[in-house]
Amino acid sequence: MSANADASAPNVTELGYNSKVEGEVVHTTVDAALNWFRKNSLWPMPMGLACCGIELMAVGASRFDISRFGSEVMRFSPRQSDVMIVAGTVTYKMALAVRRIYEQMAEPKWVIAMGACASTGGMYRSYAVLQGVDNILPVDVYVAGCPPRPEALLDALIKLQGIVAKERTVWNQKRDVAPAKYGSLGIELGEKGEVVHP
Amino acid sequence: MATQTIEFRDTAARSAEAAASAPPEELRDIQGDKLVLNMGPSHPSTHGVLRIIIEMDGETITRAVPDIGYLHRGDEKIAENMTYTQFIPYTDRLDYLAPLANNVAYALAVEKLMGIDQKLPPRCQYIRVICCELARISAHLLGLGAFAMDVGALTVFLHTFTEREKIYNLCESLTGARFTTSYTRIGGVTRDLPPGWVDQVRKFLDEVVVNIAESETLLTRNRIWVDRTKDVGVISREMAIDYGLTGPNLRGSGVDYDVRKASPYLVYKDLEFDIPVGSVGDSYDRYLVRMEEMRQSVRILHQCLDKLPGGADNRSKEPVNIADGKTVLPAKDKVLTSMEELIHQFMLVTQGVDAPPGEIYFGAENPKGELGFYIDSRGGGTPHRLKIRAPSFVNLSILPAVLPGHLMSDVVAILGSFDFVMGECDR
Amino acid sequence: MPTPLELAVRLQEAFPGLVSAPTEFRGEATLKVADADRIAEVCAHAKKALGFDMLLDLSSVDNYGADPRWTVVYELYGIGHGAHLRLKADVGEEKSELPTVSTVWRTADWHEREAYDMMGIRFAGHPDLRRILMWEGYPYFPLRKDFPLAGKPTELPDTAFTRTAPLEGGPFVTVAGGKDSMAREPRARTPE
Repeated sequence: MSANADASAPNVTELGYNSKVEGEVVHTTVDAALNWFRKNSLWPMPMGLACCGIELMAVGASRFDISRFGSEVMRFSPRQSDVMIVAGTVTYKMALAVRRIYEQMAEPKWVIAMGACASTGGMYRSYAVLQGVDNILPVDVYVAGCPPRPEALLDALIKLQGIVAKERTVWNQKRDVAPAKYGSLGIELGEKGEVVHP
Repeated sequence: MATQTIEFRDTAARSAEAAASAPPEELRDIQGDKLVLNMGPSHPSTHGVLRIIIEMDGETITRAVPDIGYLHRGDEKIAENMTYTQFIPYTDRLDYLAPLANNVAYALAVEKLMGIDQKLPPRCQYIRVICCELARISAHLLGLGAFAMDVGALTVFLHTFTEREKIYNLCESLTGARFTTSYTRIGGVTRDLPPGWVDQVRKFLDEVVVNIAESETLLTRNRIWVDRTKDVGVISREMAIDYGLTGPNLRGSGVDYDVRKASPYLVYKDLEFDIPVGSVGDSYDRYLVRMEEMRQSVRILHQCLDKLPGGADNRSKEPVNIADGKTVLPAKDKVLTSMEELIHQFMLVTQGVDAPPGEIYFGAENPKGELGFYIDSRGGGTPHRLKIRAPSFVNLSILPAVLPGHLMSDVVAILGSFDFVMGECDR
Repeated sequence: MPTPLELAVRLQEAFPGLVSAPTEFRGEATLKVADADRIAEVCAHAKKALGFDMLLDLSSVDNYGADPRWTVVYELYGIGHGAHLRLKADVGEEKSELPTVSTVWRTADWHEREAYDMMGIRFAGHPDLRRILMWEGYPYFPLRKDFPLAGKPTELPDTAFTRTAPLEGGPFVTVAGGKDSMAREPRARTPE
């Protein structure tokens, strides 16, 4: 494979690759390779609920083409997607459906909370609106805006690609609803500061 | 060679048989009971969070129960806790495909309550009509694109979205936001047209007509499209009126009711345009009505741009807000130097416009139907009750009557032809 | 083409004593129906005899602090003559019930479900009166004036919770109809 190792990931050896000297073989870590595959083909599960859903459609249309970043197919099937983009207001009535769909997604999976309503409840501080989808899902990237410009969503996707690049394949991948505990690296520290294996 | 007669009964007969059928004893373990399918709140037809519980006998639907409320955000209760101007951004998010039209409808409703709707300066009225018609083109383009995409014609979606991006550019230079514009204010609009905007609109209109014609060549006489939408989802005249349908859904069924002609507001009585009316009331008719409405909107826009008081650059300094310090925010340089304007600014921002006690209902012709606001005011800057008569809410109520008798694959065509928006339906 | 006021007067003459004289505000005619239990009769007459074939809107208003507490507002329209008409009926809180008009216009079905969901007004004879915007089993009626905007915590089946929204003390908004600026000044107000 003629791939370049991802030099931005920590603990991954940087490679000075010269094909004339070394031939068509590349040394890399499993993490680097897998993360490179994953981040460049993040298939979104569009949870387009409200107005942000229209901006999500605009991102998928020709002008702000999301498929140039690898998110070629907007799969509405959770089993076949990697990243759930929660676009729009999540009401309490809808929260159950969102959680269930999230649980049906296969690991590894990430969440982008697009827009003010998904991040914090937005301008709808009322009896029916869930104040932020991070009450029920572990969110990786929040996108501000009401609705965020398509460029902002693409920026969030690039940020998410940066997060994916730093992930560790062998460590704890199953995330709980309390992301503050595990963080996106999936590492938990014990009392003495040592790394706790799951 | 013997010829074989194949009989297709019409949907009403199929529906009646399906609803009343009970399989005979020997087939009971093969045919079984009816299938209940949940077309859940998250589904690929990009119409938002609508859930339909469908009971089917094989492929034929016997009962359909829509379940809405997945986007109920409490707009009406929020309105009771906001001044009239503070509620304008919430109106953007009602029918979020045509936010400018919602802004205009709400501003007109509050102005009717205050009794100043006849005093709007002409330039402001023309600008609002331009906004409404641009919003109509934008909403119909997306409705068409989503409808075609669901039925299978993906290319049309990409074409219409390209045109919508041009409308987004226009909205952005006019209001600052691609959509969710919050452009109108009580007593006028936020700011005048930017320089060069009128020429950009004219250029866009020339391009959109070509694009609409392209979409037409792709769809209107396309055998697959016609087969999937003709005689699907037929709504009779009486049923349409009884269920309170408005907008293209009502006109597709042959009822000639358009608020712009029946009770004209703004400057619609000075403009020449036609109302397309369908004859059969099926999905194909509703599609044709929307296509023609887009062309009529282009016609209206050309007239507005030609007749705009003050012209494109407003050299004669026509006002765009009514000249009442108690309703419209005064100019900032006056606010910082003069006492009276400072007091007006303070009162307007903290307490809102002072509406008289009373109640009004105002309905405007939105792209989806008649968007109505019923405002019950007990005086002061906040409404006592604001009810939003959402066209999509009323249009969806007809689903339990229309869907039975059709096949499962017709559901998508019918939903697409209704062109509803859940943000409006659930508020 | 009859004006709204003329049609309102004709409707009043058909039901003397039950329907009040029409009031006019901003060009619209409003009629008050004294006995809410006969609203279906009045509506049926308006549809058949006066040509109001479309029910545009059905709203409910909470007159918190006044008795009767509920007002149900019907917005009628006739496509033939193009006139609007508004009918209002008052219902007391203890009874909270009035007959359905879904037999007159089928669109009233969903409007009445919403009025029940948001205000708690029941409609006698309604084919399927259940919640439409909030979920089945939600214990409150959100649009009532004594229900806070932030909501109250409830249990949602299969998921964990509904919580109150963080409003930092409450919406800071002017109060309608206060007698002077001090009374109208925006400050946090909690419903009693």
